[in-house]
Amino acid sequence: MSSLEEPISLDRLPSLSNIDHHRFSSTACRPRGEDLGMGYRWIEGRSCSTSNSCEEDFEEYNRENFMWWKQRRGTSRRGISNGRTLSLGRNQVPNGNISDSLYLPDDQYNSCNYNYTMDMPNKLLRDIPKYVKIVEVGPRDGLQNEKNIVPTSIKVELIRKLVSSGLAVIEATSFVSPKWVPQLSDAKEVMEAVKNLEGTRLPVLTPNLKGFEAAIAAGAKEIAVFASASESFSKSNINCSIEESLTRYRAVTHAAQKLSIPVRGYVSCVIGCPVEGAVPPSKVAYVAKELYDMGCFEISLGDTIGVGTLGTVLPMLEAVMVVVPVEKLAVHFHDTYGQSLPNILVSLQMGISTVDSSVSGLGGCPYAKGASGNVATEDVVYMLNGLGIKTNVDLGKLLLAGEFINKHLGRQSGSKTAIAFSRKTADASKI
Amino acid sequence: MLAAKAIDGKLSRWRSFVPIKYFASLPAFERPISAHEDLTSGANALMGSFSDTVCGRNDAMEAENFKNQGVNDFTSLVKYRNDEDIRRPSPWNGQKAVASSYCFPNRVHDMLYMPLRNFSSQSSATSFTDVKTRFLGSIPKFVKIVEVGPRDGLQNEKAIVPTAVKVDLIKMLVSSGLSVIEATSFVSPKWVPQLADAKDVLEAIQSVQGAKFPVLTPNLKGFAAAVAAGAKEVAIFAAASESFSRSNINCSIKDSLYRYREVAHAARNSSIPVRGYISCVVGCPVEGAVSPLQVVYVAKALLDMGCTEISLGDTIGVGTPGTVVPMLEAVLEVVPVEKLAVHFHDTYGQALSNILVSLQMGIRTVDSAVSGLGGCPYAKGASGNVATEDVVYMLNGLGVKTNVDLEKVILAGDFICKHLGRSPGSKVAKALSRIPENASKL
Repeated sequence: MSSLEEPISLDRLPSLSNIDHHRFSSTACRPRGEDLGMGYRWIEGRSCSTSNSCEEDFEEYNRENFMWWKQRRGTSRRGISNGRTLSLGRNQVPNGNISDSLYLPDDQYNSCNYNYTMDMPNKLLRDIPKYVKIVEVGPRDGLQNEKNIVPTSIKVELIRKLVSSGLAVIEATSFVSPKWVPQLSDAKEVMEAVKNLEGTRLPVLTPNLKGFEAAIAAGAKEIAVFASASESFSKSNINCSIEESLTRYRAVTHAAQKLSIPVRGYVSCVIGCPVEGAVPPSKVAYVAKELYDMGCFEISLGDTIGVGTLGTVLPMLEAVMVVVPVEKLAVHFHDTYGQSLPNILVSLQMGISTVDSSVSGLGGCPYAKGASGNVATEDVVYMLNGLGIKTNVDLGKLLLAGEFINKHLGRQSGSKTAIAFSRKTADASKI
Repeated sequence: MLAAKAIDGKLSRWRSFVPIKYFASLPAFERPISAHEDLTSGANALMGSFSDTVCGRNDAMEAENFKNQGVNDFTSLVKYRNDEDIRRPSPWNGQKAVASSYCFPNRVHDMLYMPLRNFSSQSSATSFTDVKTRFLGSIPKFVKIVEVGPRDGLQNEKAIVPTAVKVDLIKMLVSSGLSVIEATSFVSPKWVPQLADAKDVLEAIQSVQGAKFPVLTPNLKGFAAAVAAGAKEVAIFAAASESFSRSNINCSIKDSLYRYREVAHAARNSSIPVRGYISCVVGCPVEGAVSPLQVVYVAKALLDMGCTEISLGDTIGVGTPGTVVPMLEAVLEVVPVEKLAVHFHDTYGQALSNILVSLQMGIRTVDSAVSGLGGCPYAKGASGNVATEDVVYMLNGLGVKTNVDLEKVILAGDFICKHLGRSPGSKVAKALSRIPENASKL
């Protein structure tokens, strides 16, 4: 497809402030001495004979510049990109049915080392964290909505593939009553099969002490609890009021603390509730604070029905950031209305550095059938790569994991990035 | 560069637009929010200010009530808000949704379209005000949406869509409030058979009021045909990447600009405005990454030849805020922000975040296609244009005026998708549709 295999990194572009814009107008013809800026190589002494000569000059300049860029590219292959994306090479793809051209464009377009804190002091991107932790919730939040029971071996294989892609935290399963979530009734088996996987944390959901004990017995080393910011949702989802659920979780966290097991807290319906409507940020702040005080090391704010936009996300984040430090916050947006990526971007701009997502967008919205639910990890990683944020996630391997589970579920990927990459190989002849 | 230099963070924006003597006559929700100086920081303040935005109409009495009674009475506030609102009839209003007992009430959308400008976290921490000014200060109050579905969307369809259907689609889009709809393209039918009926479509919509209908004209011949058919606005299409220009329109950038200069000249003589498109502003399917300088060059050329607006298109959808921001910064050096539009593709799902950063940089025109019509020609089956419904949803949530009725756009999208025999390409439409896709899955 393309001969370029290296991203043109921005710090190697001539500084734009050195451009004489007058040059490109129809009246300017000769380069002036003061136009010579960093990296420019004007062709000296060229005279303008026709009114089109400026374009000719520019073409020449452009050509020269491209030569210069190409040279730079050639010399610093390894140094430019993050090593992980360069690792997507011919000899790295485990099964041969995904061609290399699948991944090269990824390198070109988004694995650039745009170092925004230094080279690009644009106020919009200045304070974005340099490193973002992605919490993968596909095996739990994603699969739990599937009607057809996924065999334990497939779940374990999915988790293994996700681990190999570099994800730091993968929510493995949930120790809830099989009566409520039959899909995850094999929690014990899954946990026992994956507990020894190195390099990744594998939290599990534990709604009460019984679940907690089962989780510990199966080998869990990290747990999560799930509260709601909306009273009605709490009653309908876990059959008790917010206060009752918090009391329950206090018992769980207390037991966890005794065993030095970290606890992650989820708050659902942080923007809107399917029953109540909009949820006040103060309520979210209250629940987040309660979870934080009882000992959760991280609070994940979930927009359960995906209705959030900047206008509602910002006030909510502001409210919560008053009571919980930003480094302990995570965001868990749903893509039901396609708004999750802008919401994630805004959260990053506010300083949040942990994002929940689900491989291939697994997990539909239980409240709007057929609508999408979780945001797809591939799309999030694509955006973060483009922003120059480190994630330590190998997009290629992630795509493989997504493909694996979709093949089993017999459906198309919920991630636009995955579809685009898979289509590109299929249609390379179009270009 | 565009920046709302705030004299004081809250009021300057208003002052620049509304003479002081008219303040009192503004609707309550548009009045400056300095009335709440007395609120103290902390949860109380947040609740209080939130209640103001939730009311939307800044009914001070109701807000007081809410604050005093605490959050338990929030639901009563919700009911109040909805009763006074006039809901236009729509297929999903009041309908028990989608075989699920959790009917997602439509009213939530009203609740959530909070006019962001009115929100003020009265917390004394100045960092929050900074944050808002920084992230939201430059977002325009009004954004114009240029609907490209009938042209850019349909032109990639294999099955020829009948002229009558195209005309109906355009009429439905006009009725939703979209003020600019790209109707068709006067290119050779050999290249784009779908739009061979350009003349008929244009003649059929001559009488439709309330919207502008630009048409694509790649050369003088097309321009003459467009004018003969009654076009009042034309568009031209250049590329920022040499290889793409050659493969897409069979000539170099320089030659295409030369050709367009002729069209622009003829348009100027007929007093017809010209819109310029630049494709591949971030990446090219052949060349790879495209330097912002290339885009600057083409943008300046288009501006100089008289284009009233320049639309920057990320043709293969590979842009992310990391590449879009430098590109926009570069172009903003040579083109004034009010003449710029952004045309992102959603191939990698990045369009909405790209649109968001563009808005934050002050861009106020966004191209989109109803129901995400128009796949990516370079990755078949992948999505292309961003869906108008999703864009409008986001803009509504930001408190940005668009004058577009989301429900009517969804209706138009349903109409064309039913004809094309496929499900909507818009997540908002899917979430709100009455016919669930996978009803049996859950």
